[in-house]
Amino acid sequence: MANNILVVAEHFQGHLTDITFELLGKARELAPALGGQVGVALLGHDVGGLVSELGAAAVVYAADRPELREFTPDAYAAVLGSAIGHASPRVVLLGSTSVGLDLLSLLSARLNLPCIDNCTAIKFQDGGLVATSQIYGGKLFAEVLLTQRTTLVAVAPGMFPAEAGKVSGKTQVVQFPHELRPPEMRTSFRRWIEPPPGDVDITKVPVLVAVGRGIQSADNVPQAEALAEALGGAVCGSRPVIDQAWLPKTRQVGKSGMTVKSKLYLALGISGAPEHVEGMRGAELIVAINQDPQAPIFSVAHYGVVTDLFDILPLLTAEIKTRQG
Amino acid sequence: MNIAVLAKQVPDLVEGVEIDASGKAVDPTSIRYILSEPDDHALEEALLLKERSQARVEVFSLETGEAREALFTALAKGADRAVTVQTGQESVPDSHTTAKLFASVLHASAFDLIFTGVRAIDDLDGSLGGLLAGYLGLPYVGLVRKVETSSDGGTVVVEKEYPGGYAAELEVRLPAVLGVQAAEQPPRYVPVSRLRQVMKAAKVEEETATAEGVEPLAVGRMYKPEEGKGATMLSGGPDEVARQIADILSERHLLR
Repeated sequence: MANNILVVAEHFQGHLTDITFELLGKARELAPALGGQVGVALLGHDVGGLVSELGAAAVVYAADRPELREFTPDAYAAVLGSAIGHASPRVVLLGSTSVGLDLLSLLSARLNLPCIDNCTAIKFQDGGLVATSQIYGGKLFAEVLLTQRTTLVAVAPGMFPAEAGKVSGKTQVVQFPHELRPPEMRTSFRRWIEPPPGDVDITKVPVLVAVGRGIQSADNVPQAEALAEALGGAVCGSRPVIDQAWLPKTRQVGKSGMTVKSKLYLALGISGAPEHVEGMRGAELIVAINQDPQAPIFSVAHYGVVTDLFDILPLLTAEIKTRQG
Repeated sequence: MNIAVLAKQVPDLVEGVEIDASGKAVDPTSIRYILSEPDDHALEEALLLKERSQARVEVFSLETGEAREALFTALAKGADRAVTVQTGQESVPDSHTTAKLFASVLHASAFDLIFTGVRAIDDLDGSLGGLLAGYLGLPYVGLVRKVETSSDGGTVVVEKEYPGGYAAELEVRLPAVLGVQAAEQPPRYVPVSRLRQVMKAAKVEEETATAEGVEPLAVGRMYKPEEGKGATMLSGGPDEVARQIADILSERHLLR
């Protein structure tokens, strides 16, 4: 029991999300060396149909009840806490996601268990488990040695291949004892709010010119728009640009924004914080321009230039216009 | 309605962060501190609630970095009270210790809502909001982008962000802890003259906190990503670099 890995499944609008399979694939890789097996906690309502997709796990710890139809941190933490107590795994793998982030910290404090956030790798090293976490906006990595205590580990989306966790087949379903009393039901789900309609769907545009904090002000956004226009593409941005209202919410790339896989992603003045990289890592060609040679964007880009973006932007736009006649 | 806002100091990434001689921790002397950006949004959302529903806003900060300046700025923006929490610790403690320190200050106080930024750049061991809610036995919702009070005052309705631009509307019974991702509008600006005025007229209060029983994570090593690893770096004058980029795009048939 004590060497098992428990994956926390996530589902959205009736479907398991990629992070579930990414975590399952990693758990399957680690479990044999750990001498344990893979379990998965599936909380929800009318989610029995999802079990057949969880063949990567030996055991599904299922809680199916109306109060769990949609995620609320309060109720999910209470039931998941019972699942962890029942399964007593060595490692609990969660996504560093809208769901997983809330659960990670709540459960760590409620159950008095250590937790590690924003992990990009987990491996065996010198007979122990080591989790690598990306901190300071991607500027540093910390390797944390796991103890024998149950440790909650939140993994950044997109770090492990989902394919490795997509195994169909028969899995043992285990109901575990849990209670949901009024003290755990202080948060209730009311409704989903759809994304606002936008003029452009940036997930379908082949060429994206992305601006970050380095664009400095809304007044400079037209310079990026001119380049995007020359390339037949669209402008998008990282979180700080959206929060400053320099671009509309529909143009946000990264966590809680869009995940794009464009043919070209031109990152202008974007540092490359993990929350942003999560949404653009899959672009086919990434070219980054940033003043800071240590910007983590250069770790994910294919081509990089260390310079003030305003030195290049007008010249690049002119060069492209010239070549296209 | 009484709202507490927890404002954390974090390293300014523009200045860089260096690893100390042990190779296992950040060198505190390499750091210039600033207010954690999501915490600035948490303060803004609290001030918006104050304007809409006469809430009282108190801001708490551990006595690290430039905490005092950040607290005076919060007062200048409209907060009703500002408190530095004395901890006896020299550098910024980990998230679990920070949560216990704040819990010891806040548990006896009557707050309906506790706001924090949903995460900070130095959150290795989880984020403050969820940990604090766990220690205080309160409900928590993170990634919040909007908060509205209900007519009876017993709950708030919040919007929680999901991928792809979706959000969930949740109703949360008070008291509760909320991790704010972004306020409904960009954090307000305070003119330097106004800040100077407040620094003369207002005061930042002090409280003392303790945290016990936190077992720190065992960090084996810290390291920086290799500079430019993965990327082919282009060099030359701006003209030359622009031409090189255009060449790359042309080779890949990305020019029309």
